[in-house]
Amino acid sequence: MITVHNLHKDYGKKSVLTNVSLAFPKGCITSLIGPNGAGKSTLLMMMAKLLEPSSGHVSFDGQNISDIRTAEYAHHVATLRQSPGFNLRLTVEELISFGRFPYSRGSLTKQDSQIIDEAIDFLALEDLRHAYLDELSGGQRQMAFLAMTIAQQTDVLLLDEPLNNLDMKHAVQIMQALRRLCDEQKRTVILVIHDINFAANYSDHIVALKNGALSFSGPAEQVVTETNLGNLYELNFEIIRSKRGCLCNYFN
Amino acid sequence: MMLRLSGLFAMLCIASLMIGAQQLVWSDVFDSSKSAWLTLTASRIPRLVALVLTGVGLSVSGVILQHIVRNKFVEPATSGGLDAAKLGVLVALTMLPGASTSSKMLFAMAFCFAASLLFIAIISRIQFKNTVLIPVLGLMYGSVLSAIAEFYAYKNNILQSMQGWLLGDFSRVVQGHYELIYIILPIIILAYLYAHRFTVLGMGEEMSTSLGLGYASTAALGLILVAVTVAASVITIGAIPFVGLVIPNLVALKYGENLSRTLPIVALGGACLLLLCDIFGRLILYPFEVPIGLTAGGVGGVMFLILIMRGAR
Repeated sequence: MITVHNLHKDYGKKSVLTNVSLAFPKGCITSLIGPNGAGKSTLLMMMAKLLEPSSGHVSFDGQNISDIRTAEYAHHVATLRQSPGFNLRLTVEELISFGRFPYSRGSLTKQDSQIIDEAIDFLALEDLRHAYLDELSGGQRQMAFLAMTIAQQTDVLLLDEPLNNLDMKHAVQIMQALRRLCDEQKRTVILVIHDINFAANYSDHIVALKNGALSFSGPAEQVVTETNLGNLYELNFEIIRSKRGCLCNYFN
Repeated sequence: MMLRLSGLFAMLCIASLMIGAQQLVWSDVFDSSKSAWLTLTASRIPRLVALVLTGVGLSVSGVILQHIVRNKFVEPATSGGLDAAKLGVLVALTMLPGASTSSKMLFAMAFCFAASLLFIAIISRIQFKNTVLIPVLGLMYGSVLSAIAEFYAYKNNILQSMQGWLLGDFSRVVQGHYELIYIILPIIILAYLYAHRFTVLGMGEEMSTSLGLGYASTAALGLILVAVTVAASVITIGAIPFVGLVIPNLVALKYGENLSRTLPIVALGGACLLLLCDIFGRLILYPFEVPIGLTAGGVGGVMFLILIMRGAR
């Protein structure tokens, strides 16, 4: 699984990540949380092999990922970033079929088509199958991109703020889908997320970063405490636990 | 749809063979001693082949460039590639006076490739990314290259001969003087084989890397394909702007941008547009001709304006 060792990242003179070492548990949802500029996305990008660390390294199943070819890595780790510049006119089905690109390189086999169908079923996108992406709402678009990432059939999914700009219903749908991916298909999901309540209620594991350094990490139910969150966000937290989960109140 | 487009294409091909200053009598065609046979083999068929290959090549180049730059208003004429190719021919003409066509072609290709790389480097440094801004920048960049070419031509006293390939013209295409254009054929085949990868390229560097595509090498391959096509067409025909812009945009509106599916439509569309413009250019002042650079440039320019105004909204 993915582990990071003494990871540093500098942009010019400014260091955005300092000395981060972590092991991400297999088959879990891990949420990366923390204030803006904490280095969450930078960490995710380095794990995705989209950004070179200034020092330290990331390893996947014990192997340094800089020794793994990009084409090979795409069989193990799928990444979904925010894609505001995406302007290709593709249908939902076409987009999802590109999730098979690491395997098929263009010519889809019967098995590929079946996996595409499963991804469409998994996120209930059947009605939108032939719709063009530019005709969809933000939430539907995000679902389509997630389906493409799912169709890539990797053990690990790295998602950068998948709930950004989504309404509550779509956000819940996406988090439930991720939960099912872990529980039913034993996949590992690592995501950057800002909504502390989604993080606390849906993830197994939490990694908190602040100012480029690790603040705390551990199983969600142990580390989501008023003191921890209060220190992390510099806000006054009250955590209310009930049968339906926990609610972190920081609004007043 | 492919069927209807193929039908239109076949009709345009036949029309293109029949129209011209010399009346073609079909009964004489198969008699190899008659002049009709000569007209057909020495002029009409070479012209048709050149038209089709150029049309296909230019619209395929356009669509590849649009995926690399991720902007639907970019094509060789709006990214400096076309002007750079012209500059390349000019440099070849003055530096190596007895240069063969193929070495001129190499110069044109190298200049086009380098200019496209520079264009991509420039726009990747621009913070303010507006869809309409990129092609406007490209046009400005092209004008600068064009001005350099004109200055260079003026200093070397070849301004007159430069006008020749400033404007695309198919009337120069006769047997023995157009064969270089066949180089577009393998380019089109390569483009088709790589269609899927070029679509992935259009998703941007991050997404293509996470799908396991070697981004830089695929983009470089695309740029080489574009440079070869543009160079070959500039040398044999001359500059024909906007074909690579109009057709891919029209196809994208109706059929999307999944290249492995739409590339054949784009290719046929490009051929049909050039055939139409050529036939129109041959008929409007019959028996004289209006160069295709004018007709296609005119049609393309108007379409470009319409598309850019739609895009700006």
